[in-house]
Amino acid sequence: MIITFTTVLLYAASDLPLRGNPDNQMNQRESITGTEVPGNYYIREAYHDAHTPNIVTVILGDYRSVDTLGEQIVIFSAGLICFLLLRKRGQNDDE
Amino acid sequence: MTNKEHSPIILYGARFLSPYIMLFGFYVIFHGHYSPGGGFQGGTLLAASLLLVRIASGTEISSLQFKEYLATPYAALGVLIYFGTGLVALLYGGYFLDYEQLPIPGLEAADLRYWGILIIELGIGITVMTVLVLIYDNMVKGEDYA
Repeated sequence: MIITFTTVLLYAASDLPLRGNPDNQMNQRESITGTEVPGNYYIREAYHDAHTPNIVTVILGDYRSVDTLGEQIVIFSAGLICFLLLRKRGQNDDE
Repeated sequence: MTNKEHSPIILYGARFLSPYIMLFGFYVIFHGHYSPGGGFQGGTLLAASLLLVRIASGTEISSLQFKEYLATPYAALGVLIYFGTGLVALLYGGYFLDYEQLPIPGLEAADLRYWGILIIELGIGITVMTVLVLIYDNMVKGEDYA
């Protein structure tokens, strides 16, 4: 079963476009539907907007900062749930 | 654990390693502008340095380093730093989390974004560190390992 799955995956991977080819769809300025791709703007303007050489940091911390705030709140609520579920209960609550 | 005696070798080894891991965690947070890294990764490293001492020495000694009951307030503080940064920018006339409007004098817009990103990364780091420590503390509560 593993061999079959590996064969299927390798067959699918053999059809992928070469990495770094400028003619690939993901490297175009416009998507299939004709709208502009945001990655172009990020790569061109990230340093001028934030004076930060690391584009990933600018995207995560600035352009998509509300998304990162959501991630932080997810982690915080996960910690709170662990605290509420795992804390040592009083003698009366033990069942 | 049946053997209640502390092993000094493990304790000193953990005490030796912990500050270096913590320093590397701070480096990952503060150097996230120039190299791969950021709040989540750096916070995990800070938590690793705290958990190493916790695993090696037990509750009594490790509470000298980071008190157990402080974990939840610090996690909330991290979220508040992030949210408060966005809210201050909102109150000073920009959009939510628009760092250009932060009231820090003497900086142009791009540099304000630079410092805004650093502030929120610090908030993320505090939250991640304390939440990981909190989960560990609650899991081992009542039974003192090592």
